[in-house]
Amino acid sequence: MTDQAVLDEIKSIVESNDVVVFMKGTPTFPQCGFSSVVAQVLDYLGVKYQGVNVLERQEIREGVKAFTDWPTIPQLYVKGEFVGGADIVREMFEQGELKTYLADKGVLEEAA
Amino acid sequence: MGETAKRIQSALETAFPGAYIALQDESALHEGHAGAPDGGESHFAVAVVWNGFEGMNRVARHRAVNAAVDAEFSGRLHALRIRALTPEEAE
Repeated sequence: MTDQAVLDEIKSIVESNDVVVFMKGTPTFPQCGFSSVVAQVLDYLGVKYQGVNVLERQEIREGVKAFTDWPTIPQLYVKGEFVGGADIVREMFEQGELKTYLADKGVLEEAA
Repeated sequence: MGETAKRIQSALETAFPGAYIALQDESALHEGHAGAPDGGESHFAVAVVWNGFEGMNRVARHRAVNAAVDAEFSGRLHALRIRALTPEEAE
């Protein structure tokens, strides 16, 4: 069972940051290929995001799986909404949907 | 095909009747990583092409695939790459 306090903390992280990635490692040094994919795509699109290193927080690692009924890390959230894991992010990126989605959410800084 | 692969294959066939399922063991690519136990069968990739995915968004499709193999995540399975498509999308 996941502690309610952990779920509350995750909720608060997701609600107080526009773009959040729960990942293994950090945005600069991802420690897993799947987390790395999400970091690279967001970097490429120039999106600012908050990385949460679940390797440093075992309770968040387990909690975030229960939080959104998703069994794996990484997990991308935009404006409180769960977008998907690495496969979904990659697929959306390859089909050009991710950029549109992020722009619609107002989290993409358009180049002038 | 290893024992875990057989169980994944069979769980997917049960959950998605009539689907085209291509399961690939990618464990060798992850040998020595954290989460990759000796003996492999930890990292898989699967393509599921099923007409029941019509009208389901990506998250819902992936949840359905993950749910079908849920029991394996508490065993050897560590990562499952998923492509979940309708027959039309797969063309």
